Amino acid sequence: MYLTKDEEKILQGEQGEVPERMLRLLVQLGDIYGADKMIPVGSVQVAGVSYKSIADPGTEFLEDLAGKGAKVKVLTFLNPAGMDLENWETLKFPKEFAKNQLRIMDAFKSMGIVITATCTPYLAGNLPRFREHIAWSESSAISFSNSVIGARTNREGGPSALAAAILGKTPNYGFHLWENRQPTIKVKIETDLTFDADFGALGYHVGKQVKNKIPYFTGIKNADTDQLKSLGAAMAASGAVALYHIEGLTPEADLVKKDNLEIITVTKKELDEAYAKLNTGKEPDIVILGCPHASLREISAVAEKLKGKKLRKPVWVCTSRMMKEAAERMGYSDIIEKAGGYIVADTCMVVSPIEDMGYKTTGVNSGKAGNYLPGFCKQNVCFANLDKLLEAVL
Amino acid sequence: MMKGRTISPGKVKGIALVSKEPIGFYGGINIKTGIVIEKGHPLEGKNVKDKILVFPCGKGSTVGSYVIYGLQKNGMAPKGIINKETETIVATGVILAGIPCVDKIDIDQINDGDTVVLNADNATVEIAK
Repeated sequence: MYLTKDEEKILQGEQGEVPERMLRLLVQLGDIYGADKMIPVGSVQVAGVSYKSIADPGTEFLEDLAGKGAKVKVLTFLNPAGMDLENWETLKFPKEFAKNQLRIMDAFKSMGIVITATCTPYLAGNLPRFREHIAWSESSAISFSNSVIGARTNREGGPSALAAAILGKTPNYGFHLWENRQPTIKVKIETDLTFDADFGALGYHVGKQVKNKIPYFTGIKNADTDQLKSLGAAMAASGAVALYHIEGLTPEADLVKKDNLEIITVTKKELDEAYAKLNTGKEPDIVILGCPHASLREISAVAEKLKGKKLRKPVWVCTSRMMKEAAERMGYSDIIEKAGGYIVADTCMVVSPIEDMGYKTTGVNSGKAGNYLPGFCKQNVCFANLDKLLEAVL
Repeated sequence: MMKGRTISPGKVKGIALVSKEPIGFYGGINIKTGIVIEKGHPLEGKNVKDKILVFPCGKGSTVGSYVIYGLQKNGMAPKGIINKETETIVATGVILAGIPCVDKIDIDQINDGDTVVLNADNATVEIAK
C-alpha cells in the first residue's frame, strides 16, 4: 500500500505511540485486503461501548488509549451504552455495572468523541452524504449508510473504527470502491410486507440465506426509512450483509449491474417460517421496542397506542437522547410513562444486562433483537408486530 | 498442505473445531468462558479455548473484534483461526489479540477433531495424519 511521507512518519513514531499503533493496525488491514492507499473519512461511528459487550479487557484497552492522550480527528459518534446514562438508577441498572460503564464513557469523552450512544447516528446528527467515505462500525448503521444513503463504509470492527477516527483516514478497499458495491444475489419478494416486523422477519431470513453477499431486492413496492433500518439491521445480525439494493427505492439500485445473478425467492411461506423461528417464548415479561433505536415516528406510534391505557407489564422504547428530547417536547414521553412504560435513551435490550434484571421473556418487533436475545441475553422471545405486542401487555 | 493468505502471523498446532456456519463472536461466544452461546448454532455449547477454530466467515456485530481480543486477555481464545474468507471484524480482532489466522483455505478439507498445523507466517495449513 502506498503511504504518504506524513503517514510514514507516523509509523516511525513521530506523533507518539497511539497514532503509530492505530496506523499499524489500519496498514495491516489495508495490506490484507489490497488497499492502494489511505483515504480521508468524513465521519466515524464507534461500536463496542457497552460494558456488557467489551468487559474488562475492552475497558482497559480504551482507558489505555485515553490515558496516552488519544484524540479523534473527525466527527465521531458512539454506539449504545449498557444503560441509560442519565436515568440508570430509576431504571434499576446494577450499581457495579454503572460504575464500569461510566469509566468507558469517560475514556471516550477524553478522546473527543461525542457521547451520543446510539445505533442510529444518522437520526441523531451524524449524517453522511451520497458517496462520502466514512468508517462506521455498528452493523445496522453500516447497512443503512451504505444502502439507504449511498455513503461508503466497510464493516469496521470497533477498534478499526476507533483507529480511523484517531487518524481521520481508512484504507481504500472493499465497499469504498464502486466495483465492490455490485449486487451478488437477486432476492425476489413475492409477498406483501405490511408491518415493520415483516421487514425484520424478512431481513432475518435473507441474512441467514445470503450470509455476506450483496442482495438486490425486487418486488418491495414501498418502504419508509424505519422499515429499511429494520430490514438492514436484521440482515446484518443473522448474516453479514453490509450493503443491499432495492429496485426503485435505494440510490444505487439503478446504477449497479444486476445481470446473470443467482436468484432466491421469498414468499409468504418463508416469511411465516421466519416468524416461527424467531418466536421462542409465549408470554412476555417485558416488551422492548427500538432496535435499532426508535425514530420519532416510531415513538409517536407507541404513544398513540398507549394513550389513556394501563400496561400490565413494562414497555421500554429504546432511542437516542436526541429523539427522547423531542418525544418529551411532544408529550409522547408523558403518555408512555402514564401508561407504565419508559422511554430509555442511550442503550438497548441487547447491550443492557436485562437477564440480570429478572426478565426471562422479551417481546420485540425487531429481527435483529430476535436474533441476539436468546443467546446473549438468555431471553425467550415473542416476536410480533407492534399492535400485537402491545395488546399482549395491556 | 493448503496455502492461503496471512491475516495475522504466528505458528500453532492444535485440534480443529469446525463450523460449517459463520460465527458471530459478539452474542455468539461468551467472552469469559469461551463457550459458544448462540442458540441453534452447530457449535452451541462447545468451547473454543485452545482450539484451531475453523469456519467460513464472520457474521453479525462489529463488536466481535473486542470479543476476540477479550477472549485472548481472559485466556479463553482459540489458538488459531482458519477461514474461507476473513472479514474486517475478525481480522481486527486477531491482529489486536495476536492470534494466528489464515484465510482463503478450502475448509471442507478439515474435519472436526483433526490435528492441524497452522503456520500463518507462511499462510499454510497442514492436517497431521
